[in-house]
Amino acid sequence: IKHFQTTITCNYPSIFIYGHRASGKSHVMHVLLKELELPHATVSCVECVSVALLFEQVLLSFFGCDAASLLPRSASLSDFVRIYRQQCSQSPAKQTRYIVMEKAELLRDTDANLLPALLRLQELVEDNVTIILLSEIVWDKFRPNTGCFEPLLLHFPDYSKGELHTILSQDRHPSYSDEFYSSYINILLGVFYSVCRDLRELRHLAALNFSKFCEPLEEGKVKETDTHKLWRNIEPHLKKAMQTVYLREVSSVQWEQMQQTEEKENGALRGLSAHTHVELPYYSKFLLIAAYLASYNPARTDKRFFLKHHGKIRKTNFLKKNEKTSNHLLGPKPFPLDRLLAIFYSVVDSRVAPTASIFSQISSLVTLQLLTQVSHDDQLDAPKYKCAVSMDFICAISRTVNFEIVKYLYDFL
Amino acid sequence: MSTSSVSKGCFVFKPSAKKKKTLSLADHFIHGCEGAENSEKRFKLCQDLWDQIKTDTEVLQDELNRNILDSLLDFTRKCSSTRQHSDWASQMRASEIPTAALVLGVNVPDHDMTFQSLSDLLQQSVTPYVASVQAKDLITIFCHVHPLQVLERLMGTVVTVDDEEEEEAEQTSAQHHKSVHCSLSTLCDWYNTKTKKSNTGTPGKKRSSPVRDGPQQPPVVIIFKDLEAFNPRVLQDFILICSRYIERLPLMFIFGIATSPSTIQHLLPHSVSSLLCIELFQSLSCTQHLATVIDKLILTKQFPFKLNGKVMQVLISIFLYHDFSVRKFIKGIQLALLEHFHSQPLSVLCCKKKEALLNVMQLDHLDLERIRHLLSFKRYVEKQEPREQVDLLTDDTHLKEVCQKLIKDLHKYHKNYYPILRCLHTLTSSLPRYPLGKQIRELHLICLEKNVWESEDYQSAMKLLKMLAKDELIALLQRCAEILQPAKSKKIKSALVQLEDMLTKFKQLDSKYHLSPPESQVLNEVCYYTSSATVRRHLNATPRTSIQAALNSPFYYLQNDRLKTEDGTVSNAAPDICIVYKLHLECGRLITFTTDSDNFGKVDEVKHARFIRAVSELEFLGFIKSTKQKTDHVARLTWGGC
Repeated sequence: IKHFQTTITCNYPSIFIYGHRASGKSHVMHVLLKELELPHATVSCVECVSVALLFEQVLLSFFGCDAASLLPRSASLSDFVRIYRQQCSQSPAKQTRYIVMEKAELLRDTDANLLPALLRLQELVEDNVTIILLSEIVWDKFRPNTGCFEPLLLHFPDYSKGELHTILSQDRHPSYSDEFYSSYINILLGVFYSVCRDLRELRHLAALNFSKFCEPLEEGKVKETDTHKLWRNIEPHLKKAMQTVYLREVSSVQWEQMQQTEEKENGALRGLSAHTHVELPYYSKFLLIAAYLASYNPARTDKRFFLKHHGKIRKTNFLKKNEKTSNHLLGPKPFPLDRLLAIFYSVVDSRVAPTASIFSQISSLVTLQLLTQVSHDDQLDAPKYKCAVSMDFICAISRTVNFEIVKYLYDFL
Repeated sequence: MSTSSVSKGCFVFKPSAKKKKTLSLADHFIHGCEGAENSEKRFKLCQDLWDQIKTDTEVLQDELNRNILDSLLDFTRKCSSTRQHSDWASQMRASEIPTAALVLGVNVPDHDMTFQSLSDLLQQSVTPYVASVQAKDLITIFCHVHPLQVLERLMGTVVTVDDEEEEEAEQTSAQHHKSVHCSLSTLCDWYNTKTKKSNTGTPGKKRSSPVRDGPQQPPVVIIFKDLEAFNPRVLQDFILICSRYIERLPLMFIFGIATSPSTIQHLLPHSVSSLLCIELFQSLSCTQHLATVIDKLILTKQFPFKLNGKVMQVLISIFLYHDFSVRKFIKGIQLALLEHFHSQPLSVLCCKKKEALLNVMQLDHLDLERIRHLLSFKRYVEKQEPREQVDLLTDDTHLKEVCQKLIKDLHKYHKNYYPILRCLHTLTSSLPRYPLGKQIRELHLICLEKNVWESEDYQSAMKLLKMLAKDELIALLQRCAEILQPAKSKKIKSALVQLEDMLTKFKQLDSKYHLSPPESQVLNEVCYYTSSATVRRHLNATPRTSIQAALNSPFYYLQNDRLKTEDGTVSNAAPDICIVYKLHLECGRLITFTTDSDNFGKVDEVKHARFIRAVSELEFLGFIKSTKQKTDHVARLTWGGC
């Protein structure tokens, strides 16, 4: 960090900093700029959905809202540069101004000229300004084809286990001693370090499980120093937490409630993914089944499955060489609406009038993301769809309508 | 009706839309109405009845949703209160956005009402800052600012309702907003000034107890109405942005989920969902919802208007097979109601007993003739003695008296029917393999259609009942007795006595008496709406068939006498497209223009142009498609000829 301070003062036009998530990039920048009382603007690129918004925020934090309101409604880069120069001549900088851009990888998706221009902003506005880009991706992935000014690269390495330990130990509970908390962090890292090194996640987990850790202490069974016993108590609990909270199957509030009520019954609390059952209208179920069949069966084989007198065609007869791999491994294939309806009518046992509600069900299935529309929205003629549900899901659905889907799947012939 | 939620109703006939012109509504009704004399009275009856049904369903819906809404309200209150706690654990969690995932089922059209009452309740009791967002409002990432604008607009309206002083301040800041782009930071500033103002406005209260007076910082609630339909990237970015501001702005989300909660995991990657603190709320399933609606609306003697078996069947099958939408079901009832009062002049008798008796006295000769033509009345007359028959058919005053008696009988029948139906249902609904159906609506349908005691299922149900263990049987009988208690009719009282004595006898004696299908009742036409075909036609739109009907017989839609023809031929005066349609039916799978246009008549330029236009119209309707082999070649897309 010392080294960093020297580089930052040397007023290079642009600096590129990369490192994994939660390796302290933004935090360091923030603290540093605050401590040194340097004029700076921090912008998150997620937030700036349009370039104009980005410019506005920069101007707002440097020159106040008067300058920001000078920007035209859909501001371009040149507008920005013009206003910046104008403002800057009115209030010349005594120190280097810094623009910190978080999540800079999103800049790659914007206009092609934005990134190169920002990198040489110092020359453009003729002011003492430095752009600092923060990203999780290395610079090599940024470099535009046309070439640009090479920024100064800085890497933030991941924290080691020891570093994580010191950081986590810092936000200790006020009513417990330092050593006690750090021993708790030690145990926590022992369980979670192998699967997760994200500081934010670890912090979250530490906060959630601490009350459980303290439980035997409050009951007076063990002393603060008896770490071994505490470890024995907490370890199975942490493992359980790894399966649920870490995946956000269970929210933190629910987890705490569970700890309070101390329910020993497993499965009393079901995670998010446990609820997969979906109720659908009768014909929607068949539409979904038809869509699944259309997605996973080759169109040639429709004749064999849905015609009454298809004759005895064996699978080997129409097996092409490249089709040896299972269709389920390749994923769903798009199919036209006509085919879906044809299969639907042969799958449903009763006669169904082709009413508007059948068609509207197709589109409601699309809204529910059980089907996805492959063709473009504008294409009204013969739209194409894909089925987006899993094998298990469709099996469950077809069981409720007494339809043996496996019999109709080419892969399982 | 919204087009993005797509069990979208295809109401060809939508009475509520007409209500814009309240003045002419009655005129609409009277116009083209059967038996115009008493149409005004019928219109009034119809409207009263509908209003009653409507309020009843609304009350019902509120009750059904009460549980879930209450728990949601609790959730929001808890969230806003925990934010103000400053203990260690909640500080560590402060960066999470509290989120309620509300699982509502696939009947998207019904959700609007739920969300409406939810946001109303929230605004009343928890926070003035509630905004609902729909997926169609933000389609791409660039429309992203949009939800914020929605939010601001909503808050703006809230503010203007408040003090005038604040309004002024708000106006200046609103002007500021217009010039710059909307973003969450501006929203944040706005929120701070707003809350600060209300704090300084009530400084005394604040000093004494900040918690007692409700949350000092009311949360900002954002409702995502249809989570599945959102573009995942937009949603992710939105949440990321919001999480940056969570420390300054007490945000809260409510996700409306139609399928299953696991969609959250499909939509949001771990890095985003870790910013949320999700709690799950499950609403009542729509089938249960329907069951209660049927129970309270249809299986009750409260409403004189009834549906016959076929109409019920149509409505229920639309619900089960197509859309699961309770709202549409109720709309269907509304349609039936309107049609009944519109087309049946005798529906003037379809009202409360006293009123009906009065109305009988006011019937004129024409109406009485109509009664004489009723099928059920004819059957009744045939059973009478010859002298009585003559009296009934000629003497108007006598007929009126008899009618009064018959109406009374009909009401009595309804009074007895429903308790007995419930009784039979309690007895049979727990039998293995449900011989008489699991739901009471199934039993109701059976009873509406035929004599239930003659059916095989009934026999087998009785056999199974006889085989039940004694204590189970007694428990069932007890429940039956409870159902029958409030009924005051003498017959049922006697049935009660019998019930306590002996089960088998009770069944054979009683159900025959009370569960006979309504068709056997005299004057049932007054109360029962029978035209299932009309309902089906109105509710199940069939675009394809109507297009074909229009092309085949243009007279039906254009109502031009010159277009009337005998079967299978085309009039010369018919529109071009009809002629081309007929021609294309006569051709095979592939059609060339040259032969086709030869048939069309002498080729001159105008006619040729008209022909080409007709062909392209046909292509637009999807009957033909140009093949890519030849320019003047088209392929037929439909099967079957004329």
